[in-house]
Order: sequence, then C-alpha cells, then structure tokens
Amino acid sequence: MQFPTSSSPFTPVNNTVNRIMLQVLLALIPAISLMFWLFGRAFLMQLLLACSTALLAEACMLWLRKKPIKMHLLDLSALVSAVLLALAIPTIAPWWISVSGTLFAIIIAKHLYGGLGYNPFNPAMAGYVFLLISFPQQMTAWQLPFDVISSATVLDHTKTQLGLGFSIGEISTSPLFGYVAGKDLEYLSLAYLFGGLWLLQRKVISWHIPVAVLLGLTFPAFIAYLIDSTRFTSPLFHLFSGATLCCAFFIATDPVTAATSNKGRLIFGLLIGSLIYLIRTWGGYPDAIAFAVLLANLAAPSIDYYTRPKRVKQP
Amino acid sequence: MTKLAHFHGGLKLAAHTLSAPIIDSSLPEELIYPLLQRAHHYATPIVKINDRVLKGQMIASANTPFTAPIHAASSGIVKAIEPRIIAHPSNLTDDCLVIETDGLDTALTFSPCLNYQNETPENLRAKIHQAGIVGLGGAAFPTATKLAIEQDIHTLIINGAECEPYISCDASLITQKATEIVQGALILQYILQAKHCIIAVEENMSQAEKALQQAISTDSIQLISVPAIYPTGGEKQLIQVLTGTNIPAKSLPTAYGFICQNIGTAYAIYQAITHGIPLIERIITITGQGINQPHNIRTRIGTPIKHLIAQCGGYNKDVQRLIMGGSMMGIALSSDAIAVTKASNCILAMTGDELTSKPAEMPCIRCGDCATVCPAELLPQQLYWYGRSGQLEQCQDYQLFSCIECGCCDLVCPSHIPLVQQFRATKGAISIKAKQSEQANLAKTRFQNQQQRRAREEQEQLAKAEKRQATIEKMKAASLAKKKTL
Repeated sequence: MQFPTSSSPFTPVNNTVNRIMLQVLLALIPAISLMFWLFGRAFLMQLLLACSTALLAEACMLWLRKKPIKMHLLDLSALVSAVLLALAIPTIAPWWISVSGTLFAIIIAKHLYGGLGYNPFNPAMAGYVFLLISFPQQMTAWQLPFDVISSATVLDHTKTQLGLGFSIGEISTSPLFGYVAGKDLEYLSLAYLFGGLWLLQRKVISWHIPVAVLLGLTFPAFIAYLIDSTRFTSPLFHLFSGATLCCAFFIATDPVTAATSNKGRLIFGLLIGSLIYLIRTWGGYPDAIAFAVLLANLAAPSIDYYTRPKRVKQP
Repeated sequence: MTKLAHFHGGLKLAAHTLSAPIIDSSLPEELIYPLLQRAHHYATPIVKINDRVLKGQMIASANTPFTAPIHAASSGIVKAIEPRIIAHPSNLTDDCLVIETDGLDTALTFSPCLNYQNETPENLRAKIHQAGIVGLGGAAFPTATKLAIEQDIHTLIINGAECEPYISCDASLITQKATEIVQGALILQYILQAKHCIIAVEENMSQAEKALQQAISTDSIQLISVPAIYPTGGEKQLIQVLTGTNIPAKSLPTAYGFICQNIGTAYAIYQAITHGIPLIERIITITGQGINQPHNIRTRIGTPIKHLIAQCGGYNKDVQRLIMGGSMMGIALSSDAIAVTKASNCILAMTGDELTSKPAEMPCIRCGDCATVCPAELLPQQLYWYGRSGQLEQCQDYQLFSCIECGCCDLVCPSHIPLVQQFRATKGAISIKAKQSEQANLAKTRFQNQQQRRAREEQEQLAKAEKRQATIEKMKAASLAKKKTL
C-alpha cells in the first residue's frame, strides 16, 4: 500500500497566534468596560473608529503586499493594536486623531516593516508617539470622568505644579486626585491588573516582563520618595498613574517587539520601568510609557544577543 | 531514593500505552536487508545470488567502524541484490539483499560462551561486532565501535526510558526478559570496566520496573525510574536527569565518563555472548489508530512491514500516514513494502484524527516558547530566522548541529512553523556548502602553487639572462681591453 509522506513531528499543535491575540483582547475587557463607564459613548466612538480603521488598513496593506487577507485579519493582531491605541487616546480628541494614529500604527509601524512578526516597534506605541509629537494639544487634554470638562492628567498636573514650586503634599489636595493617583482613573489600573493576572494564569504571557517593568519603575521611585517625599511622588502614585499597569501587562509583553529569553525579558522590563521613571521625573513629557517602550524595543535585539543561553555562547 | 535532576525544556506528552501482549511474527516469504547502514556506509554482501543461506549466517560483512555485519534471519535462497525502496525521508531506493525464505527456518549451530569473564574485553567486543549488534534505540550505531573507547568509563547507563509516547517495545522487552537484560548489562559493565551501572526506566512503566527489581541481584546495578518528560530517552537528557551532569553541545558523554546503551542492545549482547546468537530479531511496536489490533511483535529483522501489519489485523480504512519511529521524530514511509531494520522500534499507522491537520504557517511572533521547551537549550527562533535568510554561519554559531530534531519546538509554535523540517534542510545546506568550500580551497591552493611555480621559473630565467648578459659584457670589456693593449 502507498502512503503520502510529510516531515515529523506528526502530532497536533496546541496553540495558535489567533488564540493568543484573542486572549489578550478578552483580558482587556475589564479595562474597556471601565473606560466606557467612566467616559461613556465618547470612548466607544474612539474604540470603534480605531478598530474599523485598523481592520481596513490591515486589509488594504495585505492586499497590496499580496498576503492572505482573511488569515491575517483573523489573527487579530491589528485589533489588539487598535484597542490599545484607543485606550491611550483622550476620549475627547477629534475623530481624525484616532484614525491617523491607527493608520500610522498599522501602515507604517507594522506593514512597512514587514507586517506581523517583523515590526521592530510596538505599533500601538509608535502610533501614540506619532500623535503625541504631531498633535500635542489634542493628545494631552483629557476629559474628566463623568464630565465633559477637559483637564490635564494628574501626571501632567503634578509635573507643572512641581515646576511652580509646590510640594507633593500641596499638589495632592487637588480635586484631580483620588486615593493614590488620578480620581476614578486609578480603578482603571486595577482593571488592567486583573486582566494581566488572567493572562499570566492562562500562560499567554510570562511573569518576567510585568514584574521587571513594575520593579524598574517603583524601585527608583521608592528611593527618591525616601530621600525627599515633598519633591518626589510615591511609588504607588507611579503604579496607579497613567498606563503603568497597562504597559506592564499588555504593551511591554508584545512578544514581537520584546526580548525573547526570560533573562532578556527581565532586562527589557527593567529598562522600560526605569526609563518611565526617568522621563516622568526629569523628561519633557508628563507620561513616558510610549517613549520608554519604543526605546526598549530598539534595545531588544541587543538584549537578546547578550542573553543567549550558555550552550549557544560556545565559540 | 536518588534525587533526580531536570533537563532544560521538554514536554509532557500524552502517553499511548499498549496493553496487548507481545506476539511472535510469522515467517514472511521474503526478508529484505538494505546494505546502507548509516549515511554513506555500506555493508558488503558475502553471498551470491541463488546461494542457500541458513538462519544466523552472515550475509554481508562490515569493513568500516560505522557498519555492522548483517545476518540472515531465516533459511532460504538469496533471490536478488537489487535496488528497493528503503526507510529514508526522501523515499530513496538503494541496494538491498533479498532472501526468499524456504519455510524450514534451519539455523546454524551457534557457539555459546559459558563464562564471559574468562574472555578478554577485546574478544567480547569482537564477538559483539561479529554478531552485528548496533544501538537498538534508533540510531543504529555499531555497538562494538561505541564500546571501543579510550576514556575511562565510570558509569554505564542502560536506557529503558522509551524515546517517544507511542513506542512501547522496550517496556515489553523488559517485562519479558528482565533477567537477560541484567545479564547483558553485567557483560557491558565487564567490557567497560565501569564501576557503576544504572538501569533507567520511565515512571509509567511499573510492570517493567517490578520485573527489573526482581532480576537485579547485585549492588553494582542501580534501578532508577525517571519522570516521563519527552525527550527523557535522549542520551544527554537522560544523563542529566540521572546524574545532573550537563554535557556540552560539542562533547560526547564518554568524555565525561558516561556511556549509554539501550535496553534492547543489552539484551542482544546477552544473546550474542551467552548463546552465540547474532542480532536477527527485535521487538517492534505496531500501533496507531490506523491499525486494527496494535501489538508489540517479536519479528525477524528484514520482515516487510506489510507482513506485520497483516498480522495485526490490517489497516483501518481511515489510515493516512505510515511512520517508522514515533510521532515526534519518525520518518513517514511512502510504502509498506519497506522492511524492518535493526533500528526500527515502531511502526505507526496514523489516521486523520491523530495527525496534525496543520493550519497555515504564520510569521514567527518571537514568543520564545520554542526556546523554553528546547531540550538542547538552543534558540529555535533565531535558528529559523538565520536559516531562512541563508545565514549559514550564524546558524552554526547558534549551534544548529546540537539540535536533536525532537520536534518540541514544532509542537508549541503558535505560528505552526515547520521548524525541524527547516533545521534539517539548513543542516543539509551547510554540509553541501562545506563540501563545496573544501573543493574551492583545494582549487585555490592548486592555483596558488601554480602561480608560485611560474613566478619562480620566471625569476630563474631572469637570473639566467642577467648572468648571460653579464658574461657577454665581461667578454666585450675583455676584448676591448685586448684591442686597447694592441
């Protein structure tokens, strides 16, 4: 009897890219719901705009690059980028902000570098930085939760007030503050934490990057806070402000743009964490996640090179 | 209880145990022996067509350390020495010696050896070589060559940890022949003068473990049950689990005083030394959902696979692939006319349900799961990257040749990249390139030598011409001086 042949192994594979991305999206549901609760339909509009733009741009680029469209649309990677970007854009920003940011992320940061798996920079963060540099005004005006008034974020506010000579104690009496960080927005961090822990439990991500990011940020913050708590904000404030937890669990853990070995991931995470602290404290921008991630993305190949396993290092 | 170490990575795979008893295969009409033993090494036939051969008679001899003699597994007539399809990933045909059995199964008289301790280790090694024994774990490396080492061996490891989930031939052999295996281990220990001997079985082989416990009567042999994590059966992996010694990529276990032998090899050595019977039989697992009655079969080496399948109730109608070896590292065969070789431990007939209905290949997302499970501690994602872009030197720097092709990386890859397949291709490309550059270097040296020779000759000619010129000048000057004096 004759048989067809193929190469070993002959055992079913148990994971897919699409399943990984789907689980990331599911883990973002708590944060998405909370954003919807805090900002209402404005957020939903941004989310829909970003998602539809991303899918459309992805399809066009795949068509131009003569790649299988359906397969790659279903890998959901474009949707993950779009959702992360939408979560980072101020809800009251005009429609063209999320559209142009998403287009930049998908077309330039992703496909011009070769598409899924080949992009050196995290597309969502590249899109965010593009927007922040090009449209700083629209990108820094956040809406207050349950309100239509626009205001600065707590990170931004703290930075300006510190520059004016106020102490942390005085600044934190502002109505913008909640328990440790931005009023109501601090719950958002808990939502990311919850989703992130679920990803850890599902083994979609490993603990190395999130722990290292949080450690890299809180350790210097803790030292500085011990030295002078009137000039330096508390580690808790750093943890619950801006998108720290989102970054630790969802952005820095993007496998394509991160280091691949566990040791490399620790270094990669520490680099992001400490860069966030440095830029937040002494840099020109109030929040630093996107810059820190892009800089660490740039370093990832070198980190991988210097953290090769012992066996590989042999000459 | 000895504390066991872990090797890097590995996977816990679903075990496919076989509870059916061992059966003996019937005599096939034809026995087929490929002369190709290991890459580029052939055994030389020592019988002619139409010769009558007896069971146990040597029919092909070995002239290199990488081949072992072949013996007829039954009596009959040498029918042909002709190209037949062999078990090879590329479905090659190659010269095979074909015996038409006569049904009488007449055997040679074997010369047993009553006490191996009266023989020298060299003598015993020669007997092992003459008996055609090779490593029965799958690599089929000639055992006598493996035993002829200069380094001191302190620990002999008898490997009873099955290589792969579907394969259970070793477990069934242990259950039946535990005493003989222990005897074989003692012979090996005597040959190597090894102080320790460890027999390793997997934790899910309780019956085999019990049988060995009863058979071991000396303190020098230790029985250890190891966790069933694929690929524990790999030589370096097993050594690491048992002793904690991590043997580097380019070194052999013998450099560290270890040597591994398969359970089946130990049994074959016992048979060869104590009873004088050469290696003509082995146990093979016939299994998979594509087989009606899976069994472990004691079969003559050279038996066509279709004969064994028929004895196991034939194929199921959904059968899709025929694999020699296990589901992780086996070779897909294009035909069941291929015969069982010394190295065949399993025939797996798989149906569509068992097979990967492999989804389309996606780009690598650098998740690093492959590196996490790699038992050789390599970086499959980097090897893939370099291999794909033809950066062969980088592949070698990243230790491509340490890859044991276990398939763990393939199994966890979310992008379904056929990594092992690509690594095999890259290894091939590197070998070809090495050969080409060797030839190019040869041509280059030849050319350089020629250039040098030409330059030398030119210089010599120049020197000669100068000399001649100088003599002419001298003569001219002399004649001028003569004229002046006149």
